Amino acid sequence: MTATALRGDPGGRPDRTALPPRPHRFREMSGQAGWAVLAWVVGIAFFLPVLWMVLTAFKPESAAETWPPKFVFSPTLSEFRLVFSGMGPFLTHSVIATLGSTILVLLLGVPAAYALSVHPVKHWRDGLFFFISTKMLPIVAAIGPLYVIALHVHLLDSIWLLIILYAAMNLPLAIWMIRSFMLEVPRELLEAARLDGAGRIREITGVILPIVSPGLVSTALICVIFAWNELFLAINLTVTNAATMPMFLISSVPQEGLYIAHLSAAATVASVPVILVGWIAQRSLVRGLSMGAIK
Amino acid sequence: MAVVETGAGPTPKVEVRPRTVDRRERWQRRLPLLPALIYVVIVTQIPFVVTLWYSFQSYFWDVPGGAHFNGVSNYKTVFTNPAFRSALWRSVIMTVIAVIVAMILGVAFAVLLDRKFLGRGVIRTLIITPFLVMPAAAALVWAGPMLDPSFGLLNYLLEPFGIHHVAWLSTHALGSVIVVMIWQWTPFMTLIVLAGLQSQPSDTLEAAKVDGAGALATFRELTLPHLRPYIELGILLGSIYLVNVFDAVRLMTNGGPGTATTNLPFYLYQQVNNAFDVGGAAATGVVTVILTIIVATFALRMFARVFQFEEGGV
Repeated sequence: MTATALRGDPGGRPDRTALPPRPHRFREMSGQAGWAVLAWVVGIAFFLPVLWMVLTAFKPESAAETWPPKFVFSPTLSEFRLVFSGMGPFLTHSVIATLGSTILVLLLGVPAAYALSVHPVKHWRDGLFFFISTKMLPIVAAIGPLYVIALHVHLLDSIWLLIILYAAMNLPLAIWMIRSFMLEVPRELLEAARLDGAGRIREITGVILPIVSPGLVSTALICVIFAWNELFLAINLTVTNAATMPMFLISSVPQEGLYIAHLSAAATVASVPVILVGWIAQRSLVRGLSMGAIK
Repeated sequence: MAVVETGAGPTPKVEVRPRTVDRRERWQRRLPLLPALIYVVIVTQIPFVVTLWYSFQSYFWDVPGGAHFNGVSNYKTVFTNPAFRSALWRSVIMTVIAVIVAMILGVAFAVLLDRKFLGRGVIRTLIITPFLVMPAAAALVWAGPMLDPSFGLLNYLLEPFGIHHVAWLSTHALGSVIVVMIWQWTPFMTLIVLAGLQSQPSDTLEAAKVDGAGALATFRELTLPHLRPYIELGILLGSIYLVNVFDAVRLMTNGGPGTATTNLPFYLYQQVNNAFDVGGAAATGVVTVILTIIVATFALRMFARVFQFEEGGV
C-alpha cells in the first residue's frame, strides 16, 4: 500500500494551497463515493458464498435446507461438535503434510535460489526454466504409475509420500519466488561481507537470510495454502493412514439424509486455518504472488 | 532488479561473474543447486518415465497376471476414443474461459482497489478470501448451499429476476463449474494486477493528467502496457493450476451429467479408479504431456518476456 500512499492520490486529497473550483471538487467527491460503493458491493457479493457457508454451519440441520433460505435462526454449535469429534487424525495428517513439505521446500529452495541468483551457475537460466517446466507437466497424467511406484516403495497411504510430493509440487514456484527476493539483496552488502572475510555459508546466514526472510514467509505461506488444500494426490494415494482434511470434508457428505449444515461446518473448519493465515499475512501474500515485484 | 543484474552500482564492482571461473568455484556455485535439482528430477521425472513404460503395456488392476507388452494399442485407443478428445476439448474450454474471465474481473477489481476509499482494507480482505478457501470446500458449498435447486441461495437471490428453482448442476453443469473456478482464481489475478498497478510510477500518470489525457485514455495508453507483464504472469500461473482442476469437477458434478464436465484430469482419474486401466491411463497421460509440452513451449516464451522485463528493469 505504501506505493499508493507515496504516489499521492490523483483523485482529490484535500490540498489547502490550491483548492480546485467547487463544482469540479464536488464531482470528484461524488465520483469517489461512487467508486467506494461499487467496491463495497463487489466485495460483499464476492464474499457472499463464504459468508453463507459460515452461516449455514451454525444452523440446525432442519433449518439448512428450507425454502426460502433462512437468514434468522437460532444458532447451534452441534454440527461443529460433530465435526471436531471426527476430524482428529485428518487434521494431524494435514498439519504434518503441510508443514513437512513446506520445510522441505525451504531447505531445498533457499540454496537452489541462491545458486540461481547471487553467485549464479553458468546455465542458471536453463536451470530456472527446467524448474518451471516441471510445473507445467500435469501430475494427473502420471497418477496411475505414481500409484504403482508408491506401492512398490511401500509409501502408499503414508504421510511421507504426501510430504515428498507436495514439496515437489511447490518447489519450482518457491525457487522462482525466493530467487526474485534474493536478487533484491544489495550487492554492496555482499561485497562488504566478503571483504570482512565471510565465506559462502556466512554470506547466506548472515547477510542474505535476514534480508529475504519476509520473502521466505511469503513463499512459505503460498506453499502452505497449496499443500493444505490439495486433494487430487491425497484422494488417489491415501486411504486412512494419511488422509487429509479435504478428504475428511468429502467423507462428511453422506449418501442420504440432511447434511447441508454438517457439510458447511466441516467446510468452514477445513478452510478456516488457511483463511485466517491468509488474512493476517495479506501483504506477505501480495508480495509473494507478485514474485517480489513490489518492493 | 536491473541494478543487481547489470552490476551497475554506485561503488566500483569486484568482478562478480568472471569469464573463466575455476573448477573449485564452479562446484561451489553448483553445489547448492544440486539437492533441489536431483530432488525434482527424481520426484517429477521418474513417474513420467514409468508412465511412458506403462503406456506400452496392458495393465489392469483387476486382471491378475500383471502387465504385459501390447505395443501401441493403448495409443490407438486414445486416438480413436472420442471420450479422450472431448475431455481434452473440455479442459481447453474450461481453462481458457476461466482464465480470461478471471483476469478481466481481476483487472477491474484491482483498479477498484487501487483507489483510496473508506474500508479499502476490508474489501481487499473480502475479495482475496475465495482464493484461500479450500477448493474441495468451495466445490461442496457451491454444489449444496449455493446452487441447490430447492434450497440454494443463488435461486433465492435470482427469484426477483424471474428465475425459479433452476437445477444449475444438471442444466448448466459446465457453466457452474467454470463459475466456481473463476470465483476462486479472480482474487489471485486481482492481487497480481494490483501489484502491477502499485508499481506504476506516479510521475507519468501525473504528466498524462497535466497533458489533459482522459482517465480512459491514460488507462489504455499507459497503465495497460505497464500491466502487461503482470497480466501475462497471472494468465500463465492461472493456466498452470486451472488446467489441472479436479476438485470442482469431482465434487460438484462428478464429471456429469453424462460427460458434460469431464475434463482431462477427471477422465484420467476415472480410467485409473473406475476402469482400472493403468496402461490406457498412461497412454492418455503421455499424449497429454506431449500436448502440454507443445503449449508450454509457447508459454515459456511468454515467461522469457516476463524475465526480460524483470531484468531489463523497464
